[in-house]
Amino acid sequence: MSKHVVAAVSDLPAGSRRQVTIKGRPIVVFNLSGEFFALVNRCPHQGAGLCEGEITGLVTSDRPGEFHVSREGEIIRCPWHGWEFDIRTGQSWCDPSRIRIRPYPVEVAPGARLVQGPYVAETVPVRIEEDYVVLEV
Amino acid sequence: MSATTLPRTEAAAETRLRIVDCDVHPAMRSAAELDRWLPPRWQQHRRDYGLRLRQPFTSTYPYPKSAPALSRRDAWPPGGGPPGSDLDFMRQQHLDFHDIEYGMLQPLSVRGMDERVPGFAEAVSCAVNEWQHDDWTAKDKRLKGTIAVPGEDAQAAVKEIERWAGHPDFVQISMVTRALEPLGRSRYWPIYEAAAHFGLPIGLHTLGTSGHSVAGGGWPSYYYEEHQAVAMSLAAMTASFILEGVPERFPDLKLVIIEGGFGWVPSLGWRMDSHWTALRSEVPHLRRKPSEYLQANFWFTTQPVEEPENPEHLRKLIDWIGWDRLLFATDYPHWDSDDPRYAFKCQMSEAEKRAIFAGNAKAVYRL
Repeated sequence: MSKHVVAAVSDLPAGSRRQVTIKGRPIVVFNLSGEFFALVNRCPHQGAGLCEGEITGLVTSDRPGEFHVSREGEIIRCPWHGWEFDIRTGQSWCDPSRIRIRPYPVEVAPGARLVQGPYVAETVPVRIEEDYVVLEV
Repeated sequence: MSATTLPRTEAAAETRLRIVDCDVHPAMRSAAELDRWLPPRWQQHRRDYGLRLRQPFTSTYPYPKSAPALSRRDAWPPGGGPPGSDLDFMRQQHLDFHDIEYGMLQPLSVRGMDERVPGFAEAVSCAVNEWQHDDWTAKDKRLKGTIAVPGEDAQAAVKEIERWAGHPDFVQISMVTRALEPLGRSRYWPIYEAAAHFGLPIGLHTLGTSGHSVAGGGWPSYYYEEHQAVAMSLAAMTASFILEGVPERFPDLKLVIIEGGFGWVPSLGWRMDSHWTALRSEVPHLRRKPSEYLQANFWFTTQPVEEPENPEHLRKLIDWIGWDRLLFATDYPHWDSDDPRYAFKCQMSEAEKRAIFAGNAKAVYRL
């Protein structure tokens, strides 16, 4: 595993996502109201790029005619067949134990610490006064 | 000691599996594009009255399709227009990306096949066919058109078939699957006669409201339910063809059922056969068991590929239908499209792959 600077925090505002390629792997990084998460950018069903999917919440129901909306902004639906995945864990809603997308650890680090290394910065120039999203792959 | 690598030759290219995609949807940017091919009288009609199907909404579907333009969310061309409307983007995202050898066009979004107004249905069908030719097949030789016909007007349909038959860019005929009457009824037979005469398969892509509910039991509440019932409506259509005697009367007719899956096919055959032992005297015009017509005259496109929990069950299903009866299709750019690399969750031999992904379609469409 190695650490990779993928974006300045200011370039990845809350609610947004970005596709990056680290060690040849397509990965999508999400900002969920200030928390960052990363998943392989590939649906386990037929391989679509998740990054282009719709970010939504969960609609659940205890009985016909009633429904609850929860976890707004924490679910991504595949752009093709609409499979729902939990952005926090990569688990699918339909079959969470069997169908899941690999998550990667993400942290936010200040530029001042990053310039000392030993991070590998991918195309993102690091300035000491900024904070950065760092992915461990 | 030295190691050498054998050079890869052209033989590698020859053995490479290239795909025939039996369901690709081109789209017009808007219905106004029709005017390029409509006579002035029908241009005026389009502007004054618009296109009208036998359904409650004029510019959308009775059941919203869960995704804008019922399409993959990554299929909107960067240059604008709806998914399927930009040939260059279709090449990049689909034809080149998957190395498609032939793509069979199915124009659905703007159509005359089940237009309500007689005459206009014919004019729009003609225009859609000209559009397929001018904007698609003439520009990319991988694409093959379908002769879209106004099915409720058999005479006009035959005229349109005769206009295109023999044109190398047009390899099948299309009409809606949910018509005013079940498709086996004799009012549609002139179309089948022309199809058999010219050796053109009829591509039956699930489509049409025609005032009837897709589910035999009434109008479903959910798109889910409607989407599910498509397979049942195609099973009913298939039974109509067989029991009314269409393949008995036109033994060379090829019927390709598009976008209905295929899991229902074996049980339909078994059920019709078991009824035949008891009810044969009601349909004395059938000289063979219903399943024999099913296996002789029908082909099925694969999308959406069935996904049973045990992949072996998929193989058993295909064993019954026949490995020579399935034609691979993606349904690009629609949301429920299949990716040729991942669609089949079962193991397949090289020969089986070649048949389903290309060989069967080449035989049916004489490509």
